[in-house]
Order: sequence, then structure tokens, then C-alpha cells
Amino acid sequence: MTTPPTLQLSLGPVLFYWTREHYANFYREAADWPVEIITLGETVCSRRRDMKLDDWLGIGRELSQAGKQIVLASQTLIESEADLRDLRKICDNGNFIVEANDQSALQLLSHAGLPFIAGAALNLYNPATLGVMNRAGMQRWQAPVEMSRDDLAQLIADGHQAGVNQPCEVFAYGHLPLAWSSRCFTARRHQKSKDRCQFVCQKYPEGLVLRTQESRDVFTLNGIQTLSSACQDLRHELTTMTNMGVSVARLSPRAEGMAEVVHAFDQARNGSLPPPDPLTLVEVGICDGYWYGRPGMDNTRPQAN
Amino acid sequence: MELVCPAGNLPALKRAVDKGADAIYFGFQNITNARQFAGLNFTEKRAREGIDYAHKQGKRVFCAINTYPQPNGWQQWTRAVDQAVNMGVDALILADMGLLDYATKHHPDVARHLSVQGSATSHEALRFYHQHFGIKRAVLPRVLSITQVRDLAKQTPVELEVFAFGSLCIMAEGRCYLSSYLTGESPNTRGVCSPAAHVRWEETPRGLESRLNNVLIDRYAEGERAGYPTLCKGRFEVTGGTYHAIEEPTSLNTLELLPELRNLGISAVKIEGRQRSPAYVSKVAGIWRQALDRLEHAPGRFHPEHAWMEGLAELSEGATTTLGAYERRWK
Repeated sequence: MTTPPTLQLSLGPVLFYWTREHYANFYREAADWPVEIITLGETVCSRRRDMKLDDWLGIGRELSQAGKQIVLASQTLIESEADLRDLRKICDNGNFIVEANDQSALQLLSHAGLPFIAGAALNLYNPATLGVMNRAGMQRWQAPVEMSRDDLAQLIADGHQAGVNQPCEVFAYGHLPLAWSSRCFTARRHQKSKDRCQFVCQKYPEGLVLRTQESRDVFTLNGIQTLSSACQDLRHELTTMTNMGVSVARLSPRAEGMAEVVHAFDQARNGSLPPPDPLTLVEVGICDGYWYGRPGMDNTRPQAN
Repeated sequence: MELVCPAGNLPALKRAVDKGADAIYFGFQNITNARQFAGLNFTEKRAREGIDYAHKQGKRVFCAINTYPQPNGWQQWTRAVDQAVNMGVDALILADMGLLDYATKHHPDVARHLSVQGSATSHEALRFYHQHFGIKRAVLPRVLSITQVRDLAKQTPVELEVFAFGSLCIMAEGRCYLSSYLTGESPNTRGVCSPAAHVRWEETPRGLESRLNNVLIDRYAEGERAGYPTLCKGRFEVTGGTYHAIEEPTSLNTLELLPELRNLGISAVKIEGRQRSPAYVSKVAGIWRQALDRLEHAPGRFHPEHAWMEGLAELSEGATTTLGAYERRWK
């Protein structure tokens, strides 16, 4: 047995709609964070146009000079010819590898003979599907967010047996992306139509909380996307991940306090999990149920530890 | 246009055939299909009877094996594919790329339809499935506007089937994990959404409450019509307002779009509802048969009859219907 390779940390794409300044500040800081991979781009809504492809490419070049591996992510729900035109530009960017988040991207990339990263919404649940992706040019893959540790361990092992050895990435921290609709729920809250949304989602850098009538937080509304209200937090599972053959742990950007999150994960992967700092921002609930084969919203760790 | 009707059991299948369905789709009694309800769906014996009944009247039968094979259960899904093929189904409705690959290699001569759970929303996505798995037809997710369907239809490499009537999924199908977030079970993994085993109804001083794995989905005042607690159709609070934050309980009804769908070259219209009763399937199939016949005789003068619309509204969730995403302003 060789020593298992160190787990890499990746920063996922910002799922919320921020201002240009917010993105700029965020990535300026991220250049110094201990993450190896940074995924850029708008994956949720084509109406969010403050950042053009060139802006992302610019940020990508700077981060790349800071030693980061850069990935450009494609939009998850492709609906129109305009969406396809934007997608083609992303695929043809000529610089960075693309994360395919739907089969339109898969088609454009595999048809052009370009390598790609298979995103979580492609639904790779079994070795046969990994095999199809392998032949299509996959370089790395993400497990579906709802997949448990045990299922994933089996899938990685079976994948290896079937000759699929590309690295696997797990969603280790952040609000879980759970659904995409053609309807915009943020615009709906503001009684605006999607076509005249006035970009109200930009007012909510970490989305809008959806609660039950008993004031229990359930989901986060982010334009056409629905996320978990809790943040999945698997910082205690990094050793297990490494042992079962996971290569990359993805941290999904939050509007505040991301530096602390990244540093905690960095310490955790090096075997020294810091005690929770009472001063860090923990206004949000924590969940980890999916990992243990339970409802995703469950939290197996007592809140007070 | 072909009328494709659901069958959750043999009586429903027979009623659909009798009322004029051109094709019927069904699933087996296990997690390989996306409508896994207790007491619903087909054993091998029943499926054979159903296929025989339909074929004798010149109707086609499709088998939906449209959940995603899980790391531990690959053989259960391939067995379902083999079984369906051996019974002589006219097409397999599949979503998973691995299973599509399996069917393509092992049963190249049996038509493969891409399930709505395969989440193909563009002609490029369809091309992927067509080039890799030779799919003959695809069922489109209920997230596209009619303009987007038109653009897609112009360039599609395969036949298109669209949802015509029934429950409205408002998330891109195949990419919705909301149900497993609350209950641990989802359409992809278990063929269920907001599963009944997790539902609890309670009379309380505040009203009748519906819960899903203890999460309050809705609360009804006296006299209010209570609906099944599908998690996206409850009333929730967002920034101080309590309302149907995601979607109202309502059904999709595209009857008035029929002439346009026909012009776009759509091959088939699909009725949702394998979980519905034979009586429901019979009524819906009857109305749509009449409508499609009328359309064929005089496409230019087609207008949905009041009686049809009313009949369908009565069978709908919340007794209301919508054009859903087909209509731009719904979004």
C-alpha cells in the first residue's frame, strides 16, 4: 500500500449573484488561501450579466499566476439558444478546463474532443455511467450531492475496477445546490416576473431563507436555484474521504467568513482540526445527513460541541 | 400526435387503451421506476397481460425504468431492462447514461426513449443522448417556454414527447434533490418525491397540518381544500411573507397549445399520473382522445371545448390548471 495522496481543496463557483466588487475582493483574497483548485463562472442564471466571460477569464489568469488550477463552470439549466451561445463561448475559451453541468455542455465538449470535469448535476451514480464519461473525456468527477459515504466508497472502488481512475470531488462545505427551475423564486418573492426581475437576487449575497410556518429554516432561494438552508459541513470526514479514494473536497463560497472555513478545512486535512471558534460566523445551521445515508438536512453532530 | 397515457396497474392500462390511448407507459413494482408507490405498478405477469391487451388493439407499450441505478443495485436495473425487452415492450424509457449504454449494447433493436428524468433541455443535450445511445425519442422537462420548445424542435435530432396534462414538476426533472434533503429518498434514488411514508396529518388548534418527515409543509384553515404535501407546493415564510413560495398546488394542462405543438412537429403528448386511479386515467384519456381527433380533422379551427377544460380542471390538483413554464409570464 502506498500512502494515500493528500486531499486537495477546491473552491466551488459562487452560486449567488454578487456585485463586481464583491467578486473581485473575494478572489483577491482567495489567491492566498490554501486551496489548489478554483472553479469560476455563473452556473445559475443567464440574466446575471455583471460578470462577462472575459471578466472570469481575467480573474482566472490572475489566480492561475497565484498557482491555482482554474476551472470554468457551465450553467446547469440550459433553456434557450442564447444560453447555448454563451455555453459555446465557455467551451471555446481556449485556456481553462470546463466543468460540464448539463448534457449540452457534455455534448459540446466531448464533440470537440475537449477534456472536462463532470459536475454533480450530471447524475453519475454508477460505474457504467462513469465508464460513459470516461470515454467522453472526463478528467475529474463530482458525486451527486445526495450520495452517501458508503455508496460513494463503493462507486469509487467499482469505478477503479472498471478502469475509471479519474479523481473524485465531494461537496464538503456550503449550502447544498438541490434544484433548478425555470421560475425565479427571488423575483416571485418580489412579485416580479423573471423577465423583469430587476436583478433583485443581487440584494441577497447568500440567498433568501425559506422557513416553515413554525419558523424552521428549510431551504435557501437563490434565483432559479433552491439550496439547503443549512450548510453541509464534512470537515470531520476528510480522513475518511482520503481513505476511500476521494481526491478533492469542494468548499462552496459563502458571502462572509470563507477564509475561516478554508483555513479550518486546511488544518483538518493536515490532521489538526481546530476547535470551533465561538467568534466565527455560525448564524447558519449545519447539516451532514446525506453523508451518513440519512435525510440531507439531518445533523449528526450536536450543535453545542 | 401520439397520445401517451400512464398505467399504474392493469385496469388503468386497459381503460387507457379502451379510451383511445395510442401508447401506454408503465413501470415495475420496485425502485427502477420514478413512480414507486405502495400497491402500484406491475408484476411480470400483469405486465405481460397488459402488453398483450394493448398489442391486440394495435397500441404500443413503453416501460419506464427511469430512476438512477445505485452503486449497490446495478443488476436490479439491468434485470428490469432485460425483463421489459423479453416481454416485448415497444420502447424503454430510460434516464441514466450507464443504463442507456447497457440497453444500447445489449438490446440495440429496442427503441430507447430518454425519460424526462434525463434532464435534456436543449438540442445539444439531445444530440449527446442521440450520438451516444441512439435514442429515438426524448421527453422534455416541464421547464421550457413554448418559444424555447419551438427553437429546440427546429434542431432536434430525435422525436419529441411533451407533457400535456397532470402534476406539474416545476424543477428541472432529474436534477431535483429536495425530496432526499427532507426525507432521504428522491426521484433519482428511490423513484419517489415527498414519499407517503414520511407524511403525517394532524388536527391542531391552529388548523389541519401536513408534515413531511416532521417538517411543516402546510397548514389549512377550516374549509380550505387540503392537498398532498408535495414539498414544493406548501406554504412557507420568506422575509416575513407566508405564501406558496415555490408553486401552488395546480396541474399542467396544455390543451390550448395543441395546434402549436402539432405545428412544431411534436410526436407525442404525455399524460402524467401512474399513481392515479383507473377512473382518472380513463377520463383524462377520453378527453384528450377527443381533442386530438378534433385537431386532426380541422387543425386550423381547433379550440378546446369548455366541457373538456372543465372535466380536466375537476381532475386537477387544487381544481386549477396552468400552462406552467410553456407560458413565459409563469416564470
